[in-house]
Amino acid sequence: MRVRGRSLMIGGKLKGSFMRQTIAEKILSEHSGTRAKAGDIIIANIDFCFGQDGTSGMIIDSFRKIKDASIFSKNAFCMVIDHSAPSPNIGVSAIHDKIREFAAEQKVKVFDVGRGVCHQLIPESGYVTCGDLVLGADSHTCTYGAINVLSTGVGSTDLAIAAASGKNWFKVPETIKIVLEGRLPKGVYSKDVILHIIRDIGARGATYKAVEFHGQLISDLSIDGRFTIANMAVEMGAKCGIMSADKKTIDWVKCHSAKPPKSIAPDSDAKYVQTRAYDVSDLSPQVACPHTVDNVCGIEDVLGTKIDEVNIGTCTNGRLEDLEITAKILKGRKVASGVKLIITPASRKIYLGALKAGYIEIFVRAGAAVNNPGCGPCVGTHQGVLADGENAFSTANRNFKGRMGNPNSNIYLGSPATAAATALAGKIADPREHRRRL
Amino acid sequence: MGNFAHRLKIQNDINTDYVISGRYKFKIQDEKELAKYIFADLEEDFYKKIKLGDFLVSGENFGCGSSREQAPVALKASGLQAVIAKSFARIFYRNAFNVGLCLLECETNYIDDMDELEVDFEKNIIKNISKGVNIEFKPIPEIMKNFLDKGGVVEYFKEYGTFKENVGGAV
Repeated sequence: MRVRGRSLMIGGKLKGSFMRQTIAEKILSEHSGTRAKAGDIIIANIDFCFGQDGTSGMIIDSFRKIKDASIFSKNAFCMVIDHSAPSPNIGVSAIHDKIREFAAEQKVKVFDVGRGVCHQLIPESGYVTCGDLVLGADSHTCTYGAINVLSTGVGSTDLAIAAASGKNWFKVPETIKIVLEGRLPKGVYSKDVILHIIRDIGARGATYKAVEFHGQLISDLSIDGRFTIANMAVEMGAKCGIMSADKKTIDWVKCHSAKPPKSIAPDSDAKYVQTRAYDVSDLSPQVACPHTVDNVCGIEDVLGTKIDEVNIGTCTNGRLEDLEITAKILKGRKVASGVKLIITPASRKIYLGALKAGYIEIFVRAGAAVNNPGCGPCVGTHQGVLADGENAFSTANRNFKGRMGNPNSNIYLGSPATAAATALAGKIADPREHRRRL
Repeated sequence: MGNFAHRLKIQNDINTDYVISGRYKFKIQDEKELAKYIFADLEEDFYKKIKLGDFLVSGENFGCGSSREQAPVALKASGLQAVIAKSFARIFYRNAFNVGLCLLECETNYIDDMDELEVDFEKNIIKNISKGVNIEFKPIPEIMKNFLDKGGVVEYFKEYGTFKENVGGAV
């Protein structure tokens, strides 16, 4: 019940909304039973939490130190084996075994080798829906903000506490509002948009803040395209990157999850610490250059840079839409001599979709190495570690020195279209040259 | 014998790969052994400078990058009393208090390498004894103080079984 300009107390609990709240304030209020505003510290109930194979080992260790611990809700926890899947060595295999053992003991779900990347599997499998509060032991947990979920990355011990108690402490963040208007030119995609934003805001420009993405561009994007944007919110230091739910969102979550969605929109007079508006109509393809994500330039500045390895996939750009764009550019053509093209669908479901649509055949005939679903070469543990002096072009979200396993190498980041064009040319190339195919 | 500040040559955006490189984090289980490799890629043998109770002093965005918990664990095991910086990256901030490593957020321009420092937790002040100046730090929220008192959130949970603080908004 809304009473404009006044509050209405019923039974001691505040009813109605006069509070000018952002999405983050609303979700954290709802989950803590408080009237939370930015700056408050609250204890909130979480809807879902998980670990991946790089972080679950320490989650299990911390969990076991808590007396009489058990997972607070069996369906609200899972572990995903994705970062090094299949295992590249004995040490990692031992960790994978530890994960399986813990899952069997606690009777919880583990997504094993070949299922895909956590940030695709979790929304795809229906574990999260609009209005949820989610923690993940992986920094790119912010991805589900695209479907109106307040999701954020934490460390292993933090996750163990959440898994044991179903709660955690949160400092309610201030929010930066980003409004995106205009129509994307052909050959330019949501990855280019988020890189451009990160260049503008900087790697620490949104530290501790929530980011809300609004505007016509967001409405025009598919859910796949929105995941790409939310995925990279953490690269500006943000706690989370959230979008409101529209019909596309509700259709998507209903298609994937039995959980009833609770659409959370900001109040029309919500308080934002900053508002930034962008018009994407003249945006060119963007590239993040070595060795930081905010070291972004327009493609015109790096055209012709020799590339030795191209990586298409990851939680940022391994979805069916990304593979479709890649297939359109590669169809009937061959990867340049001397270039390794590695393509990794983000989930088994996506892989099957790509097989059915004929994309996998296009990739293989073009000369790509197609991986089982997982993180692929992104994190530098396997499936495409670089040699000294090599340059890689990747659709991933990080290009820190040594990220792909070798500190003596260079990583450029960009969209799948730019990556595919680059693989054909053997050097950084403009995807707009292929615009007739797109 | 007092406690002293130590500064790295780089001041800002010290990421957790610099704190403890990925190639060590999987290999070494013993925290004291892990501590020997802090900042190894930036300044070899940096850990040797640290005496029990000393401080690491830095600039903006300390602890950015990956969420690896080995970073605050190694720093704590090295003997540091606290990390003092202008600002901290958020996952590192949480991880630090969760493992019992104290972080103090304040202006650090008035602290040089090897200044003698003393922290007054009642008044939220860092006394720079070498320079004769006091620097106010942002008070540590109650819940984090409680984690520190117990030596970390796991120890806290072992004792209380849940979050005991009465925190929340105005209601």
